[in-house]
Amino acid sequence: MQDTNPNLKQDSDIRSNPIKMSGEKVTVHYGAKQALFDVDLKIEENQVTSLIGPSGCGKSTFLRCLNRMNDTIDICRVGGKIMLDSTDIYNADVDVVELRARVGMVFQKANPFPKSIFENVAYGPRIHGLCRTKAEMDEVVVTSLQKAGLFEEIKDRLDEPGTGLSGGQQQRLCIARAIAVSPEVILMDEPCSALDPIATAKVEELIDELRENYTIVIVTHSMQQAARVSQRTAFFHMGNLVEEGPTDHIFTNPKDKRTQDYITGRFG
Amino acid sequence: MSPLWLLVAIIVFALVGAVLGRNRAVSCVNGNIATLHSRPGYYGSYVLIWTALPAIFYMVAILVAQPFYNSSVIDTELRTGYTQSCDLSLARIEGDADAETPAICEDKEQYETLDTRRALMRSVVESVAIGVSLLDEDTAAKLHNGLVAVRPTLKSVGVALAEDVPGAVVDAANRLNEVNATGNMVLIAGVVLLVILGFVLSYLRVKPRLRARNLVESNIKVALVLASSIAILTTVGIVLSMLFEAIHFFSQVHPFNFFFGTEWDPRFTSAGREGGGEGSFGLIPLLWGTLYISFVALLVAVPIGMFAAIYMAEYANNSVRAIAKPLLEILAGIPTIVYGFFALVTVGPFLHDAGAAIGLNISATSVLTAGFVMGIMLIPFISSLSDDIITAVPQSLRDGSLGLGATKSETIKKVILPAALPGIVGSVLLAASRAIGETMIVVMAAGIAANLTANPFEAVTTVTVKIVSQLTGDLEFNSPQTLVAFALGITLFVITLGLNIFALHIVRKYREQYD
Repeated sequence: MQDTNPNLKQDSDIRSNPIKMSGEKVTVHYGAKQALFDVDLKIEENQVTSLIGPSGCGKSTFLRCLNRMNDTIDICRVGGKIMLDSTDIYNADVDVVELRARVGMVFQKANPFPKSIFENVAYGPRIHGLCRTKAEMDEVVVTSLQKAGLFEEIKDRLDEPGTGLSGGQQQRLCIARAIAVSPEVILMDEPCSALDPIATAKVEELIDELRENYTIVIVTHSMQQAARVSQRTAFFHMGNLVEEGPTDHIFTNPKDKRTQDYITGRFG
Repeated sequence: MSPLWLLVAIIVFALVGAVLGRNRAVSCVNGNIATLHSRPGYYGSYVLIWTALPAIFYMVAILVAQPFYNSSVIDTELRTGYTQSCDLSLARIEGDADAETPAICEDKEQYETLDTRRALMRSVVESVAIGVSLLDEDTAAKLHNGLVAVRPTLKSVGVALAEDVPGAVVDAANRLNEVNATGNMVLIAGVVLLVILGFVLSYLRVKPRLRARNLVESNIKVALVLASSIAILTTVGIVLSMLFEAIHFFSQVHPFNFFFGTEWDPRFTSAGREGGGEGSFGLIPLLWGTLYISFVALLVAVPIGMFAAIYMAEYANNSVRAIAKPLLEILAGIPTIVYGFFALVTVGPFLHDAGAAIGLNISATSVLTAGFVMGIMLIPFISSLSDDIITAVPQSLRDGSLGLGATKSETIKKVILPAALPGIVGSVLLAASRAIGETMIVVMAAGIAANLTANPFEAVTTVTVKIVSQLTGDLEFNSPQTLVAFALGITLFVITLGLNIFALHIVRKYREQYD
């Protein structure tokens, strides 16, 4: 799938997939403090792109720019361009609500609403008016739960509160909730950081399956996880994008000293 | 020596003891403080505690016990005094069939049968005792032997009595003074003994290995327990005092007539007269008025308070919030009497005129006026509590909803408010119990006629208004007209207590959901 010629200089230019989203000279300020410096990053369609780097390097900040979740923070200012297909999502005439329906998000800590499992999944379709009848809604909920690999475990207790599930199940419920609005891109902000190894394995398996239908961007602290689930990896450091390329290149043959230090565990 | 000076003396001595104890600790180790178990100050505190506390506890115990002992002494003394005088008088008229019962025997009869009479006589004895102690020895002796009249003699030293008193009272007063003098001796002797004993024992225990720090620490816990038990005991005391008077009331008026009666007519004018009737004490109209006004108040306060809270918590930026929130909470600082005359002078006439303009007859004091003004008073309660509760909903839920493409108001309506609902219900219930117990606004704005009406433009009255009017009447304290205030009070207390417990229960349940 990827050209793995080790002598390639510009990995990021060799692409086998169309570009779904791209950031061009993205800068972010929190008040007076600059958190991102001119980040250029392209995200390929139907691939998993992982963003890695030490804490505070700006990877989550970049992720949250992709569906404008940073808008909810008063002091945050975003500069540069972020394209989704061919529109700049920071353009004044872009509807944030519609954008977030196309670019869904799964958070670090599973955050099911204090409602039933069914209502959690039905929430998105309901606010966007995607389903006309009860039967359609049932189908969307069941399909989403199936895609999230959760349906078999909980099919008898759809009426129970989502907050009563285990941590891993809650996170998969949140993924099902995101899938239910049929997004094109799913952003995941350290989705496994609060999960045990078995639940993590399930979510990782799920991410790999979801790649078929969705474009996925995942922030992770675990380099093993990045290596396992992603096709492309971007390394951030101190607000700069240091290096981006096919995952196996980044891990086996990093070009930048900082990337090498990080993946060999010398800092971070 | 009065108890106050005694207390001062104890404290001064204890402070001196503290300095001595500290110095002893330091000199024990020749100034090498590091080898002491605790810092020197703790040895000082240790001596201070043991010097002062036992003596103070002893003093408090004596001072609490003495009035009880005194009244039992007065009772015995008066009883024997009355019996003796009565027997003497009866002996004097023995054989005379036409003679009336001597006055002293009637007094005796009254004294033995009426609680109130006993209480009255007890306070008379106490004031006579004060008067006697102010007299010079000569006059006191004359008084004791019945050579001078009691009332004018005592008047000369500034103690006024309502009527002349029998010799039995003077005897009891003399006895009371003796008992007081003995009590004082016991008090002072005990305090001196305890202070010296406490000081010597604790001073001798001061050694480098004494764990003074731990010992002082355990006393702090005792102090904290005492402070909280004072609050609890006060509540218990208030409840008990209300309960006893209410039971007294229910012995005169049947509880069924009180709790289920629909007519409120305590008949002030005929109270105490022959054949004046008892009056009827139906709780229902008052309770109805209370609940109706509270309902109107909540109807005003809940939407306004909630919207204010949502704005503060979700929309206002920090600078607006920093100014608007304190401003809103100023409302909570306005004394309710001020709301009362705001209702009486401004809102009532305004509603009356506005009603007249559209053809409605709204009386100036009405359910609407009182409810509306009370609603304004409750806004800060609801908004401030709800604001805290809404802010406590985790940001992750907001992010989750916004991340799915919900708008801000959809997020609030569908995620935040349902999540915060139990807490909000709790805050509304707390506001409701505030409304039910509110007095000044309804006294001024609701009227005093006990109407059982559903018309919000008419005057009704509330439980609290009636408590005020029943207690400020010029009536005997043990008439049902006055005692009903306590029955009303305890009913109100039970209702608001129930609401508060229910509200706190809900609020607590809500907390568990996120922590």
